[in-house]
Amino acid sequence: MAEQSTEKIPTVVADQVDIVYRVHGTGAGRGSATAALNRILRPGRAEKAAGVRRVHAVKKVSFVAYKGEAIGLIGTNGSGKSTLLKAVAGLLPVESGKIYTDGQPSLLGVNAALMNDLTGERNVHLGGLAMGMSREQIRERYQDIVDFSGINEKGDFITLPMRTYSSGMAARLRFSIAAAKDHDVLLIDEALATGDRKFQVRSEERIRELRGQAGTVFLVSHNNNSIRDTCERVLWLERGELRMDGPTEEVLKAYETFTKS
Amino acid sequence: MSQVLHTPPPAPARAEGDLAALAARHGLSVSGARPTLTQYVRQLWARRHFITAFATAKLTAQYSQAKLGQVWQVATPLLNAAVYYFIFGVLLGTKHGVADYIPFLVTGVFVWTFTQSSIMAGTRAISGNLGLVRALHFPRAALPISFALQQLQQLLFSMAALVFILFLCGVPIGLSWALTVPTLVLQFVFNAGISMVMARMGAKTPDLAQLMPFILRTWMYVSGVMFSIDKTLKNTTLPHWAQTLLEANPAAVYIDLMRFALIDSFKAHQLPHHVWAYAVGWALLAGVGGFVYFWKAEERYGRG
Repeated sequence: MAEQSTEKIPTVVADQVDIVYRVHGTGAGRGSATAALNRILRPGRAEKAAGVRRVHAVKKVSFVAYKGEAIGLIGTNGSGKSTLLKAVAGLLPVESGKIYTDGQPSLLGVNAALMNDLTGERNVHLGGLAMGMSREQIRERYQDIVDFSGINEKGDFITLPMRTYSSGMAARLRFSIAAAKDHDVLLIDEALATGDRKFQVRSEERIRELRGQAGTVFLVSHNNNSIRDTCERVLWLERGELRMDGPTEEVLKAYETFTKS
Repeated sequence: MSQVLHTPPPAPARAEGDLAALAARHGLSVSGARPTLTQYVRQLWARRHFITAFATAKLTAQYSQAKLGQVWQVATPLLNAAVYYFIFGVLLGTKHGVADYIPFLVTGVFVWTFTQSSIMAGTRAISGNLGLVRALHFPRAALPISFALQQLQQLLFSMAALVFILFLCGVPIGLSWALTVPTLVLQFVFNAGISMVMARMGAKTPDLAQLMPFILRTWMYVSGVMFSIDKTLKNTTLPHWAQTLLEANPAAVYIDLMRFALIDSFKAHQLPHHVWAYAVGWALLAGVGGFVYFWKAEERYGRG
């Protein structure tokens, strides 16, 4: 890596990051009520006795991401990929270590802000506002969002409540809303797994576009092909540890041998 | 399953200070730090459209599956009032010596419901919306405020039903009706403030949501929703401090102000002393105090 010579501009720096989840209520059946009382009365003390389990999800991960890069995150289920993304987005605290970012990275996910009982149209507005877009921006991009999602290709569906959509349609609308905003650092978690092939191609195009706008894109996916199509660098996490960090082909090859064994 | 590390982590083992220095050189900031209070207010102001849109969306989503749809916004409070009329007006015939008892009661119930449901919604504002909090960046105070706003909109629908009931009971329209506006504003600020306090506490201890209904019910019974505090205090042996406490009770203050504004036969002497001072004081105390208290934990919501 010849990053020093050209002095690329870093957008995300992760420095020895550890992330630990605390899960309540895992105590064995016996005495769990007293354990709960214990936990309320003496917070911080005797976590184990109080039935709190610690899950060490990410262990000592360090990397530097640069402007204009698209980085894939791979690893088997439960290896800490999504957790790492949430920490980069500033939505999960790190146990130790530091994550430095340029501006505010955003997780591509407006799902939580959308309401199934409302029409697609109102959800576009609501989702846009939730992501911090202004009303004018939303009005400007409304048509693009609808066209991109392809919701109206099979009739006037955008004026129907979202609960009437098929899961694929809903996922497409969500991606379209989320991708409508320009992000400095965009974090995508399995978003491309949904939708038909045609939509996947369109999404990949949009990701390349976002990268072109001087952003950095992180993509978590189990689909090695979509990683190949969009990313030139891959981080491989296994059991919370960064196992490999390098060019896509090299890492994917090692990963494929690993998963086959 | 043995997972032996065939390849040692190739990430160059840089010294810790090295990465921090690189970040500092390019002006990167630590992810997920709490903004200052002024920044926070500015961020919140920038999200004002989200706050209103979210409140309205929640309100409309509520009845979207019902055949009658939004008609329920007015029908629900009307039915509520009908039940109270049936129990207190017809079955028990209790009037507690209050003129226009039905308007008196219904106003009390609606205004109290506004505070009660704001606080209940506030308690679950963070703990019930973890998905949203964990997926998107926005000042978290937007949630409790938005829920309080939703309840305010709900109250406005109830007020429409209330006006209808006032007509039925022959209560005349007066200039004093204009007082409903400052009363509503003050009560909204108070409710939003308490919601923010409850949101922070509920985020840490979700069990509060189970406890709140009991606390709120107790609060309701001492707030003069079904009886006149003024009348009760006149022939009572309660110690002085308890009387002051009953009169200063913010819920009672807002309820009585609303009755004074709407009901012709509810006279000024029935109001507690310094009622506007109490109304403004409570609103400021809860509003500002609640906001600062909520902001203090901003970076911890939705975590762990």
